[in-house]
Parts: sequence; C-alpha cells; structure tokens
Amino acid sequence: MSVTASDVAQVALLARLTIPDDRIDEVTDRFTRVLDLVAELQQVDTDGVLPMSNPHDMEQRLRADEVTEVNERDHLQQPAPAVEDGYFLVPKVID
Amino acid sequence: MPDINLATATAAEVLGALNNRDISSVELTQAYLSRVDALNGHLNAVITVDHEGALTAAKDADDARHRGEGGILNGVPLLHKDIFCTSGLRTTCASRMLENFTPPYDATVVSKLKAAGAVTLGKTNMDEFAMGSSNETSYFGPAHNPWDLSCVPGGSSGGSAAAVAAGLAPLSTGTDTGGSIRQPASLCGITGLKPTYGRVSRFGIIAFASSLDQAGPMTRTVEDAALMLNAMCGLDPHDSTSADMPVPNFHDALRGDLKGLRIGLPKQYFSELLDVRVANRIQDALKELEAEGATLVDVDLPHTQEGIATYYVIAPAEASANLARYDGVRFGHRCDDPTDLMDLYARSRSEGFGSEVQRRILVGTYALSAGFYDAYFKKAQQVRRIISNDFKQAFDQCDLIAGPSAPGVAFSVGAKSHDPIAMYMEDVYTLSVNLAGLPGLSLPAGLINGLPIGLQLIGRAFDEATLLKAGHRFQLRTDHHRLAPPFGEIS
Repeated sequence: MSVTASDVAQVALLARLTIPDDRIDEVTDRFTRVLDLVAELQQVDTDGVLPMSNPHDMEQRLRADEVTEVNERDHLQQPAPAVEDGYFLVPKVID
Repeated sequence: MPDINLATATAAEVLGALNNRDISSVELTQAYLSRVDALNGHLNAVITVDHEGALTAAKDADDARHRGEGGILNGVPLLHKDIFCTSGLRTTCASRMLENFTPPYDATVVSKLKAAGAVTLGKTNMDEFAMGSSNETSYFGPAHNPWDLSCVPGGSSGGSAAAVAAGLAPLSTGTDTGGSIRQPASLCGITGLKPTYGRVSRFGIIAFASSLDQAGPMTRTVEDAALMLNAMCGLDPHDSTSADMPVPNFHDALRGDLKGLRIGLPKQYFSELLDVRVANRIQDALKELEAEGATLVDVDLPHTQEGIATYYVIAPAEASANLARYDGVRFGHRCDDPTDLMDLYARSRSEGFGSEVQRRILVGTYALSAGFYDAYFKKAQQVRRIISNDFKQAFDQCDLIAGPSAPGVAFSVGAKSHDPIAMYMEDVYTLSVNLAGLPGLSLPAGLINGLPIGLQLIGRAFDEATLLKAGHRFQLRTDHHRLAPPFGEIS
C-alpha cells in the first residue's frame, strides 16, 4: 500500500495537524511503513466474524437519570487557556 | 533509620515497620524524598516531586495510625505515572501539550490509593501519552534504566519501573495499553501486573486507547502487587466500562500451592525468533513452577503475529479519537496569536504533540476515514475477536499461559528510536493480551549480561488471583526479584 505526500497532507488536515513542507517526505515514509506492517491483517480470513469493540463484549451500563453532580464551572475552567464570563475564548469565527 | 534498606524495601516490609512503630510515615517519606532528590538527576524517572503534599499526607497517615485507623497501605510512599490526574498536582502525560496542566480532580485510582493511606511522592516519567516502548518519546527526555544508565527502562511506564527498581518508592502505578506495564517491568527487573480490562477504573486516566487501557501496580514483589491491586480496583460509577465483578482478597489468594495447575506454552512464543538467552531464562523459570506442582502443556495462539497489525490499527484509531479533545480551547497547549480557528487547532496540536503521537494520530485518522474504515478498523476488530477466541480455546487446555514479557533485555538509548517498526516489536508478547482484555503479570526471571528479563504469565479474564498465586510461589522459590541494581546503593 503506497500513499503519497498529498494523501498524508489530506489525513493531516482531517486530524487538524500541520506537517511542515521539509518534513512531509519523512512523515510519508514512516506512515507507509506502518501501513505495510498493518497490511498483514488482510491475510486473515474474517468472513462472518463479528467485530469486537470491547474485550468482554460488555453492554454499556446505564445509570438512573438523576442529577448527581453540582455545577463546578469556574473550578473546571481553571486549566483553560482563555475564558471570559464562563465562556471559552477562541479567535473570531464569524465576521 | 531502623533496619530498612530503601534500595530494596518492599511495601510489605515498610508496612511492617510502620505498624510496629519502628518508623513514622513522615520519617519514611522524608527518606524516600531524599533518595528521589539524590538519584533522579541520573534516572530522570520522576517529572514532578511533591515534597509538601507528600509530607502532609504522611503526617495524616501517622495521625490516623495513632488513632488506630488507616487503610491497607497507610503511610506507604508511592509514585504515580504522570498519566493519572492528581488534583492540584501538575499532570503532563509527558507531553508539551499538558506541560502546564493541573487537573481539577483526582483519578479514581488516585483517590482510592489515597483512601488506602498511600502517600504520593510525585509523578513519574513515561512515553508521551503512553505511546512508546522506551520512554524516549517523553517531552521531558528519556528516563534511564538503573541497571545501566545508558539503556532505556522500557515503556511506556518507564519512569515508574526505573523508580521502583532504584528504590525511589516501593510502589508505583502504571498503565498498560499494549505492554506498558509488563515490558518496562521486565526491562527493569520488577513485578508488574496488568489487570483484566475493567478491573480497575479508567476515570481520570488520560485516555490513549479506551478499549485497551488498564492501570495496574508496579512493585518489587507479587505480594505488594496483590496489596496494591486490592487498594486500586473495583466497580466505579464514573467509568461505565469498569466491571461489576466480585473482588477477592488478593493477598489471601496468595496462599496455596500450584498442584494441578496447568500452564500453557504457546509455540508461537518460543519460536526460533526468540533470543536463546531469553528462552533459557524462561525455561529455567518454568522448571521452578513445575517444581511447585504445575504441569506444562503445549497450546496454540496462531494469530500472535497478526496481533501486532491488529493493535497498530485499533490503538491509533482509538487514540486519534481520544486526542481530538486537545484543541487548544478548553485545556492544554494553545499556540500564540492564532489567525483563525483552524490555525488555532492545527498549530496548537502540532506544537503540543511530539512526532510519535502525531504519527499515531495520522495512522488512526486514516484507518477511520471514509473508504478505509472497513479495510482497516473493522477488519482489525474482526481479527481482534479471532485473537480473543484463540485465547479462549487455549484456556480450555490450561489455567495460565507463560512466555517472555519482552523479546530481549534493555537496549541503548537511541538504538530503536528512529525505527518505529522495530520499537513496535518490543510488545509482540504483550499486546495480544490487551486485545483479549486478559490479565498479565511480568515477574523478574534473572539477568542476561547484567540486565533483567521478565517471565510473563497470562490469566483468564478476572482471574488475577491464580496469576498472583503462581507469581508468589515463584518468588518464594527464587531471588530474582530481590536483586537490586548497583546504582541504587550510591546514595
């Protein structure tokens, strides 16, 4: 499986990462090596096998729909880089 | 100090001294903090030391003991891997992304160990976001192996393993997504247990791959691991994947012999690819278990090799989803002067994450993206079930499975860091165990040219008790776990 530098750039965009131009070939090379490694999967016959997302096939446990937590907004926002009046600040999105 | 050699002391020994009033927790904590201060410059095993918090907690433990109170680890010093959120104490996950992150709450493991009376000395070094097998992806630089400072301690819980091996604390926590407790335990000559998926709450553990991550004890002895597991584990309403299963007294479960115990040896673990010196140590260890009454049987784990490919799709895919939360908005690193929201996201993430983390996010994003999901992620989840079924079939013929914890001993810093595939092979014996959600235990099994190697025992789901009993019997017969690196004596 070979991928091109532009494929990797497209994946980086999806992942919200920027890869500097001078590193794109190296990143593509290592990315390709990982894909070559995982290509081994295609040799396994998986016809009719149910995908496994939880090792014990556990059902999601539900809780009673009751309020158990108190509002701690100020406390929980302490690690935020920028807040104002309880809101997270980001660059202007709409002109 | 009374007769406690901190370089080799176990938690059980330390507890005995505390309970006999031979020493106070404050004295003990000061002594361990002094060792951390004296030795960590060489080891880089600890990222953050909490002198003040530790001494306060030690005083509280002493007061509780005077009142006749206190939990099962009352006053015992401990280090946490820097992946566990600790309220008010910086938690970096060894990443620039979280260099200045102080969590507003404790992980369940942290609050449970606090409630048991353990005293947190600080936070240990690790691979960035637990992605690595050598501790070299840490933003804070690699931790070093106390058996040979030019070598890696393994990873990702490398700082925890190095710290226990060097006697900076008798206990440390680790997490294991593909071998991150067992492989560094093997490379540093300590005992490391990855419990069954769901045994220990993941709440407040910075997520890597949520269907694989599990926290466990890293200790000198199996006895200490049993004590610590009881203090850490159990159903947690804050983690819907934590298991509603009975929790035995693991310390009581150490009693008894191994008569009738069947130990399975997968032929795939003992192929010609295995270093013959490692194979010999494992064979020696198996003879000890036989002498305890266990019988050895051959079993088949035919998809061991494909386990690597399966893991390196599922783990990065889950990681790419989990690490999407680091967007520079709510917590973690934010770039300077973003021009727009996209620039804020992309630059904060590219500056905050190291290269291995970015590589795994890219692979995971690719495996989950439109057009590739079926060929990669779904396919890997199908093979995961086949691997899990292989283990179930093997456990029809045996009660435990044995093999090496790692393909070899500790390697030099830098030896594999430029070759991601070579590094991924470090976990060939451990990662299938995470895919199947089973418990795995690494036990010191001797030295090769002065460097430790570990025996891995794998158990049935939720049967840590049998695993710990076998490990304890092994340690009653052997001295490997009592060996300490010469480095620890320097202080």
